[in-house]
Amino acid sequence: MRAYLPAYQMKALPSLSETLEVMAREPGIWQPFAGGTDLMVLLEAGKLTHKNYLCLLHLPELRSIEETPEYICLGALTTYSQILRNPTLQREFPLLCKAASETGGVATQNRGTLGGNIANASPAADLPPALLVYDAELELISAAGSRQVPYHRFHSGYKKMDLRPEELIRAIRISRKMKDWKQYYRKVGTRKAQAISKVCLAGAANVDGGLIRDIRIAVGSVAPTVVRCFQTENLLRNNGLSANAIHAARETIAREIAPIDDMRSTARYRLRVAQNLLAEFLGTLQSQ
Amino acid sequence: MSEAAGEVSVSCKINGRPVTLHAFPMSRLLDVLREELRLTGTKEGCGEGECGACSVLLDGELVNSCLVPVLQTEGTEITTIEGLANGEQLHSVQEAFLKCGAAQCGICTPGMVLAAANLLSRTPNPTEAEIRAGLAGNLCRCTGYMRIFEAVVQACQRTGIRP
Repeated sequence: MRAYLPAYQMKALPSLSETLEVMAREPGIWQPFAGGTDLMVLLEAGKLTHKNYLCLLHLPELRSIEETPEYICLGALTTYSQILRNPTLQREFPLLCKAASETGGVATQNRGTLGGNIANASPAADLPPALLVYDAELELISAAGSRQVPYHRFHSGYKKMDLRPEELIRAIRISRKMKDWKQYYRKVGTRKAQAISKVCLAGAANVDGGLIRDIRIAVGSVAPTVVRCFQTENLLRNNGLSANAIHAARETIAREIAPIDDMRSTARYRLRVAQNLLAEFLGTLQSQ
Repeated sequence: MSEAAGEVSVSCKINGRPVTLHAFPMSRLLDVLREELRLTGTKEGCGEGECGACSVLLDGELVNSCLVPVLQTEGTEITTIEGLANGEQLHSVQEAFLKCGAAQCGICTPGMVLAAANLLSRTPNPTEAEIRAGLAGNLCRCTGYMRIFEAVVQACQRTGIRP
């Protein structure tokens, strides 16, 4: 059933400080609203439970892209299309660009935002595995100040996150140190465009003389949150790429993820595909 | 922007004409276009951002109007299919769709035409892959994709597509 529109309120306050003040004064009453590509779907389906929203799209402080020698800092309102058009991201962050290009179609990419993709907290979101690989840190702001949270600690359970009712994600900082690493991203869905993933794996590794010096692995759609696979990384770090090592990595990643049966796939399929994607990623490292 | 009894007034430009819309802030742009302004060229397909039938251009960018709350159109410029032709002079994509017979039932056509026109405005000589990616968010349930694709190739005839 469609939503009853008079029950919903949305305001676009003139500034970020006023937006944060209202969120602090009435915590939990007002929720942020960015590109709307998820919330408007729920609205139309009559399933949008929260009623009061503060629009963020017009706030320039949430929109900047800043570069330092070590990091790129992306404002929370950075859209998928802006990610795809940014030359530094194209050059150094192929996983983020691949993820953005495989999210929805052009119209969704023009509207959907990085901060929204994080705060919507879907375990099947496309950007988060790439963000985990790039050691992302979130800058959270409120009327009281700001704090940094490593992204791998941000999602604590299904749709649960370390974000207080009065806080907003201002920006996402990603590390440039993987720019020369071998990088891999593969999303497995029902079709090539406009599909939500069944499994998605992002990886990056610094390989030197057949030895993995450092590695990052993250998987989506296989647990209540996106998963950074620390144990599998630890097993592979300072290791070669022997058949035994790859076999052990496949076994380890199976213990780090907890896929389920749902409308898009089955637990068994997801487990096998996650293992296969890992093996495919490790295979690309051997061919270096 | 003023508030009265839950409704808001939103000022924007639609097809070059300044308008003030009166609607609930989270009304879908799609519904305001069709019901308030009677611009029924914009179609509703899925109502969840999957099919692209409701595509319009918002400040020159392709968007699904079913996912845009009207409050977010304050100060923007919107082009619907009704505003694409220049008077009697059809847009090159519209000409090409006519020539190639790229419409069957017609529901996806306005969105397809806007998506293609938007692609060509950014990428005047796209590759075949870029054409496919540019139209990936627009579904044709008659599955007339080949003629649509040919029409877009034809529309780039002056500029050509890249190999």
